[in-house]
Amino acid sequence: MNNDVDSEAYLRMMRIRGFEEAVTRLITEGEVAGAAHSSVGQEAAIVGACMALRNDDYMSGTHRSHGHPIGKGAQLNALMAEILGKVTGVCKGRGGSMHLTDTSIGSIGESAIVGGGIPLATGAALSAQVRKTDQVALTFFGDGASNEGVFHESINMAAIWKLPVIFFCENNHYAAVTPAVNTHGQPDIARRADGYGIPGVIVDGQDFDAVFKATQQAVARARAGEGPTLIEAKTYRFDEHCVGLFIKGGYRAQEEMDFYQNERDPVKLLRAALLARGHTEADLSAIEDRAQAEIDAAVTFAKDSPYPRPEEAFELVHADPIAIRR
Amino acid sequence: MTQILTQRMTYLDALGLAQREELERDSSTIMIGEDITLYAAGGAYGNIDMSRVRSAPISECGFAGMAVGAAITGLRPIVDLTIANFIYLAADPIINQAARLRYMTGGQFSVPVTFRASMWHNQANAAQHSDRPYPMFMNVPGLKIVCPATPSDAKGLLKAAIRDNDPVLVFEDNDLWGMREEVPLDTDFVVPIGKAKTHREGTDVTIITVSGVLRHALKAADVLAKEGISVDVVDLRTLLPLDHEAILASLAKTGRILIADAAHRTCGAAAEIAAIVVEDGFDLLKKPVRRVVTPDVPIPFAQTMEKQLYPSPESIADAVRSLM
Repeated sequence: MNNDVDSEAYLRMMRIRGFEEAVTRLITEGEVAGAAHSSVGQEAAIVGACMALRNDDYMSGTHRSHGHPIGKGAQLNALMAEILGKVTGVCKGRGGSMHLTDTSIGSIGESAIVGGGIPLATGAALSAQVRKTDQVALTFFGDGASNEGVFHESINMAAIWKLPVIFFCENNHYAAVTPAVNTHGQPDIARRADGYGIPGVIVDGQDFDAVFKATQQAVARARAGEGPTLIEAKTYRFDEHCVGLFIKGGYRAQEEMDFYQNERDPVKLLRAALLARGHTEADLSAIEDRAQAEIDAAVTFAKDSPYPRPEEAFELVHADPIAIRR
Repeated sequence: MTQILTQRMTYLDALGLAQREELERDSSTIMIGEDITLYAAGGAYGNIDMSRVRSAPISECGFAGMAVGAAITGLRPIVDLTIANFIYLAADPIINQAARLRYMTGGQFSVPVTFRASMWHNQANAAQHSDRPYPMFMNVPGLKIVCPATPSDAKGLLKAAIRDNDPVLVFEDNDLWGMREEVPLDTDFVVPIGKAKTHREGTDVTIITVSGVLRHALKAADVLAKEGISVDVVDLRTLLPLDHEAILASLAKTGRILIADAAHRTCGAAAEIAAIVVEDGFDLLKKPVRRVVTPDVPIPFAQTMEKQLYPSPESIADAVRSLM
């Protein structure tokens, strides 16, 4: 692995980890209204996929999507401000936690409708193909979304038109609290690719290098006009479905959670890999400090920013303002 | 040399001309829908790169969502949903995505997408092919909705929809596809979205019409004129945003108002118009607001049951007489 890629990947993963921890803290402090879904545990899948993309490539996220824009390279201040509902938020306080759309880094949005981003990203790939740019689109979705009808419809159209799109499944094995084994006829979502005549790849989602390489291949194929790839990253959600949700009786075995947290933490795994590749403790500490400083600054920025004025609710409904009766 | 300014053509040909002109005018305009490349041989799309016209699999939700994704990344898609009932399969990308992406992203996106849906009522197609679904979508902030009632409006409103930077639903009245009139050939002829049109001036009763009901109202007005009743006929043309001023201006002339709309009664377009009249024009009313609409039953197949359900010249004329 190239040194710059290593450092940037570790920085982005540390940003996501720290950002999610900060959001969780802010929720307990009462600073965040509404639901928030943490992506802790899934950082390698997110960053490995995003690092294979160019800044002008398109990316769509999910409801669990704080990490996706960060993985794609977004600055943190406007993301944190959005989660706090501030006017300086990336969506001016209109989207919140599940909608951290940042077009400056190619994000075409996150969707609180499970699977909602899949046809949008496929359409962005159609757009790139019609406009004859060499952009590609990557759509993140979960094991749950793979059972939505639009997954099938979109992947089929991408296959027949050879659209430059990567269908990237973060299979964290639970749709909210329902195990994927109870909702899938067979456990490997990537095997469905055969049904569409496209490549399907299963990759260890806790291993940055593996995800990065698999996505690079899919991106190269898409950019060359050879069509879509379905990648399934087997990963794990460390936190509950949404922050603060507690399911009495549990639905995940303690041993399973302990195994992933102790043995398969993607941040620890990449850190160990980087040390083995010759990065020093000092290098990695500097990256960790930088990420933490950015997060602290983002929290301060978000807390210090004003809320939108009530009358702003009536703005941006249409391209040209239309009088809206109150 | 005489310049040809108009040409007599059908409502359907006017829609096709609007589409072809916009495809030729702007290379970012694309079309997606079922079966549509078939029509290229007949010249439907002019001389354009046919990669911009996609015959899609029967995947309404998928291709409507893709059109939204294309619209936020630099294209101007026209989605042909064919029969209006199929719009329900595409409801999620239209409602949850197209209508609110500008707003939810703080204005980072425009969503210049047009959805065409043809209403096939009164043709013995039964309840799954006969809907007039526009009222459901009138409850969705962020959308625009047009319902052309003439060939010229069909051309002008579809062109306005395609050029608009917001998502626009174009509900066509399939019963009008064969209707002919002189249609402007000017390639920049557009009918502004949000503006109603007065088709007949009168002083006794206002009839507000939606879509193809216009022609029934005009027939009723002819009959009523012979009885000495002067009718003002206003076709809304756009349902979202509604032209409040035109509704209230006509009411100010007549003091009596009837809304004739082929959608169902409960929460139909006519219900919203009646509410506007009562809220903002109550002092102008000499009689209560009347509606002639389709009763709240699924559309039956047998013509003996179906035909009676929609507004007709006779039912409109009767309702007008009751207001005198």
